[in-house]
Amino acid sequence: MSFDLVVNVLIAGTLTGLVYGLMALGLSVIFGVVRVVNFAHGEMMTVAMYAATVLFAMLGLDPFVVALPVAAAFFVFGYVLQAGLINPFITRPEHSQFMLLVAVAIVMVNSLLMVFGPDARNVQVDYQLDSFEIGKILVDKARLYAAAAAVLTAGGLFLFFKHSKAGKAIRACADNYLGAKVVGLNVKKYYALTFGLGCVCVAIAGCAMVLLVDVTPPLGPAYTLLAFVIVIVGGLGSMGGALLGGVLIGVSEALAGLFIAPSAKSMFSFGLLIVVLLFRPQGLLGKR
Amino acid sequence: MKRRQFTQALAAAAVATGFPGLVKAQAQKLKVGIILPRSGYLGFIGQSCQKGADLAPGVIKEMLGVDIELMNADFESNVDTARTRAERLIQEGANVLVGPFDSGAASAIAQVAEQRGVPFVINIAAAPLITEQGYKFVFRNFQTAGDIVRNGLALIGELFQATSTVPRTAVFMHVNDTFGQAMAKGIGAFMPRLTQLPFKIVDTISYDPAAKDLTVEVSKAKASNADFLLLVCRLNDAIILRREMVKQRWNPMGIVSPGSPGMYEEQYFKTLGKLSEHSISNVPWYNPKGRLTQVVEKAFLKQNPKDKLVFHGLNAGFTFEAILIAADAYKRARSTDAKTLADAIRQTNISEKMMLGGPIKFNEKGQVEGIGSACVQNLNLLPTVVLPTGAATAKPVFPVPGYKKA
Amino acid sequence: MTKASAALALLAALLIALPAFAGNYLLSVATLILYFAYTGQAWNVMMGFAGQLSLGHALYVGVGGYTAGAIFYHWGIGPWAGLWVAMALCVALGVIIGFLAFRFGISGVYFALLTIAFAEFTRIGFDHLDWTGGPGGLFLKVAQRDTWDVANFRGPPLMYYYTILFLTAAALAFCAVLLRSKAGYYWQAIRENEEAAQALGINTFRWKMLAVAISSAMTSISGVFYAFYYNNLFPEQVFNIGRSIEIILGPVIGGVGTLFGPILGAVVLTVLSDTLTELLAALGWEIPGIKQVFYGAVLLAVVMFLPNGIWPAVAKRLRL
Repeated sequence: MSFDLVVNVLIAGTLTGLVYGLMALGLSVIFGVVRVVNFAHGEMMTVAMYAATVLFAMLGLDPFVVALPVAAAFFVFGYVLQAGLINPFITRPEHSQFMLLVAVAIVMVNSLLMVFGPDARNVQVDYQLDSFEIGKILVDKARLYAAAAAVLTAGGLFLFFKHSKAGKAIRACADNYLGAKVVGLNVKKYYALTFGLGCVCVAIAGCAMVLLVDVTPPLGPAYTLLAFVIVIVGGLGSMGGALLGGVLIGVSEALAGLFIAPSAKSMFSFGLLIVVLLFRPQGLLGKR
Repeated sequence: MKRRQFTQALAAAAVATGFPGLVKAQAQKLKVGIILPRSGYLGFIGQSCQKGADLAPGVIKEMLGVDIELMNADFESNVDTARTRAERLIQEGANVLVGPFDSGAASAIAQVAEQRGVPFVINIAAAPLITEQGYKFVFRNFQTAGDIVRNGLALIGELFQATSTVPRTAVFMHVNDTFGQAMAKGIGAFMPRLTQLPFKIVDTISYDPAAKDLTVEVSKAKASNADFLLLVCRLNDAIILRREMVKQRWNPMGIVSPGSPGMYEEQYFKTLGKLSEHSISNVPWYNPKGRLTQVVEKAFLKQNPKDKLVFHGLNAGFTFEAILIAADAYKRARSTDAKTLADAIRQTNISEKMMLGGPIKFNEKGQVEGIGSACVQNLNLLPTVVLPTGAATAKPVFPVPGYKKA
Repeated sequence: MTKASAALALLAALLIALPAFAGNYLLSVATLILYFAYTGQAWNVMMGFAGQLSLGHALYVGVGGYTAGAIFYHWGIGPWAGLWVAMALCVALGVIIGFLAFRFGISGVYFALLTIAFAEFTRIGFDHLDWTGGPGGLFLKVAQRDTWDVANFRGPPLMYYYTILFLTAAALAFCAVLLRSKAGYYWQAIRENEEAAQALGINTFRWKMLAVAISSAMTSISGVFYAFYYNNLFPEQVFNIGRSIEIILGPVIGGVGTLFGPILGAVVLTVLSDTLTELLAALGWEIPGIKQVFYGAVLLAVVMFLPNGIWPAVAKRLRL
C-alpha cells in the first residue's frame, strides 16, 4: 500500500465528500429551519440534473453556467411548493410528512421516466475526464470544481444567515417559532423563503453532480438517504456541519474501501450515523 | 377484467352452441405469455427483450407455419408482481410462459408454473439454482453462471493465442451482487483448472453495484500494476469505471469481461463515445453469419427502423429463441395441452438457431448445455464478434492502442 | 357494536369462502393483500399504538425470513421450530434498537433514521454473509406442492392463503385485545403526551419497549411466511428501504393506530395498483412510469385530504 495511493484516495474522498456536503446543504437548511422531513430531496436534485442536461443539449452551456438560471427556477419552485403544499404539514405528525413527500417523490421519479425514458443522460464537457497532475498525485478536475462550488455556496449561505435581515429573521423562526410570531415575523413567508433557498442549494448541487454522475430517473433515493446521514452527522442547520459531515462520510468511505472491502463501505456511513445519533444527536457542529 | 370475462363467456357460449369456426380458431394458436420487466429499474432491459418477442410471431409463422399469440405482461421489476402476473397469464389461458430476465422473478414464476403445470421457458437468468430444484415444467435456454465463466475464460485463452500476447497478471474487479458473486465463485473454481491461461490474478476487488463513485476501487486496481483488467460488471458501473480509469490515467492492456453485461450495451457506446473502443466481453451471443440471424435482423429492422439488432443481440435473441422453442414444441405436439407441451419441449432438438453454440437440447434438469459464447469487442462503436474465428467479422485487437506499461 | 360485528362476520365468511369462486390470480393477489395487511398491522403496533415511527421494518421481515430459511436450508428443521428462533432474534434486535433509542432520548425523525440505518447496515451485512448465500440469495428446496405438509409448511397456494388469512385474523384479534388492555391505555397516554404520562408515574420506557418487542415479534412471523412462500431471499430485495416503505403504505393510508386501518389500506392500495394497470392497458396508455404517476398522485390526495387515513372516514360514514 504505497503512500501515493493513500494520499490520492484521501484527496478524492475529501473532494467527493465536499460534493456530498453540497448536496446535503439544502436539506440542512430546510430541515434545520422548517423541520420538514424532505424525503424527496434526492429526487429534486435529480430534476436539477436533468435540467442541466437538457440545457446543455439545447444550448451547449457548461453546467456551472446554467446553475444560476436553474437555481433561480428552483427557488421559485421551492417557495411555491412550501407555501402551497407543505405548509399545512408542518404541524402534522412525521409519518404524514414522510408519506406526503414519498408521494411527491414517486410522482417526480415516474414523470421523469415518462418524459426522458430510462436511459442515462449526461453532459460532455472538455475538462470532465481531466486531472491535475502534481507529481504522482492526481486531482480530478471536475470534482475539484464541484468541491469549490460547494465551499462557495456554503460560504454564501453562511453570510446570508449571519448578516442579512432575512437571514436573521429565518434564524429567529428556527430558534423559536412562537417567539418569532409574537414579534410579528411572517413565519409562513420565511419558511417558504427557506425552502426556496434549500432548493437553490439542491439546484447548484445537481448542476455540479451532473459532471460526475450520469442521471437516471431512479437516482434520487440513494442520495436522499445519504443527505440525511450527512445532515445528522454534521449537525442540523449548520452550513459548516453539512460540509464537514460530507467530508467525514467521503473520507471514511474511501478509507474503508481502501483498507477493508470496497463493497462494504456504505456500512461505515450507517455505522457512523448510528454512533452519532446515540452519542451526539445534534451532530458535530449542530446546536441542540 | 370484466371485459375479458365477457369475451371468455362468449367463447364458452360459442363452444357450447357448437360454432365450429370460432372453436377452431382458438385451438390453432399457441398463446405465449411474455413476462418481462418493462418498467422499474430493469425497464430498459425488459424493453430490449420485448423487441425480440414482438418480431417472433411473424418470423415463426414463416419458418414453422405456426400461429402464435403474444400475451404481454410487465412485472415492473418487482418479484411480488412477477408472481401475480404469472398467475394472471395462466388464468387467461397462456399455454406457455416466457421470460423474465431476472433470477429472483424467475424463481417466483417457476414456482407458479410448476404449481399450475404450465411450461415456462426462461430466456435469460444465470442463477444456477433455478434448474436445480427438480422442476418438471421449467426450462432454461441460457448459460448458467458457471457455464458463462468457463466459456469466458476459455475464450480469453483463445484471445491471447490469436493476438500472440502473454499477459502475466490480471486484477479482477467484480460487482458484488447475485450475478457478480456467482461469476467470482466460478472464476475461483475454474482458474486453477485452466492451466493454459498464462496469467495470475494478483488482486480481487469487489464493489457495490449501486456505488456512484469508484475512485478507491480504481486506485487500488491501478496500484496492483496488473497487465490487464478482468471485469465482471453491469452497465452503469462499467461506464463509471471506464471514466475513472481515464481520470486516473490507468491504461492496462485491455478490459476483458469473462461474461457480464455492460460493455456491449448501447448506453456504453453512447455515453463514452471513443472511450468505449476495444473493451471486450465474452458473452453468449448470436451468430452474425447465421441464416436465422439474417431473417431475425430483417424483421427487427422492419419493426425498429431507427435501431440496430446488434445493441439488443443478447436480450432480443434469447427471447426470440425461447418463443421459438415453444412454437417448435407446439408444432410437434399438435396440442396446447400443458403436459403434452412440456413433454414436447423436453424432446426439443433445434439445430438451426440464432445464438451461438450446439443444438438446443434440454437435459434432465431442463437446462440446455452447449450454448456458446463469443468474444465480442467494441470496434468502431459497434459490438463486433472477433472470436471464434468461424463466426468472427473482424480480428481482435489486444493489447489496446494506448496501452502504457505502468 | 353489533353492526360492526355483523360486518366483520360477513367479511370473514367472504374471505374464507374466497377460493371457491376466485381464480388462481385473484387468490395470489388476495394472499399478497393479506400479507401486507398482516405486516402493516404488526408495524402499526409500534407506530400507531406507541407512537414510534419505524422506517426500517423490513429489517425484521428479513431477519425473520433468513433465520427460519437458513435453519431449514442447512439442517432441514421445519419452520415451526425455526419460527421461535426467528422471533427471538427479531425481538432481541428490536429491543436493542429500542433500548438505544429510548435510553438516549431519540425520537421522531431521528428514531426513524436510526431504524433506516439499522436496516441498511443489515442489508449490506447479509450481502457479505456466505452462510445465508450472500448476494447470490438463499434458495429453499421446494419439495412438493400438492399436499398440505403443515409441518414443513409446504403445499399448494391455497394453504398459504389460509395461513395468512388466519395470521391476519389473529393479529386483528390480538391488537383489539391489546388496545383495550392496560397496555393499550398506557400507550395512548404516551402517544398523546409522553411527559405528562411520565409525570403520572407511567414507566414509559418499559411500555415503549413492550410495543417494540411485540411489533418485531409479529413482523418476524411475516418474514418466516415470506421465506417459505417465495422460497428465495436476496438481501437486496428483502432489506430494501423500498420494502420498508411498502410496509407502511397500508397503515398510513388506511389509518395509523386504528384496528382496521392497515387491512383497509392494504386492500385499497393493491386494488388501486391493479385497477390502474388494467385501466391504462385498456386505454392503451402503456408508457412506462405512467401508472406510478397516477398511483403517487392518489397517495398524495389521500394524505392531503384524509390526514387520519381512510378508515376513520369510512367508519364515520358507515356509523360503525
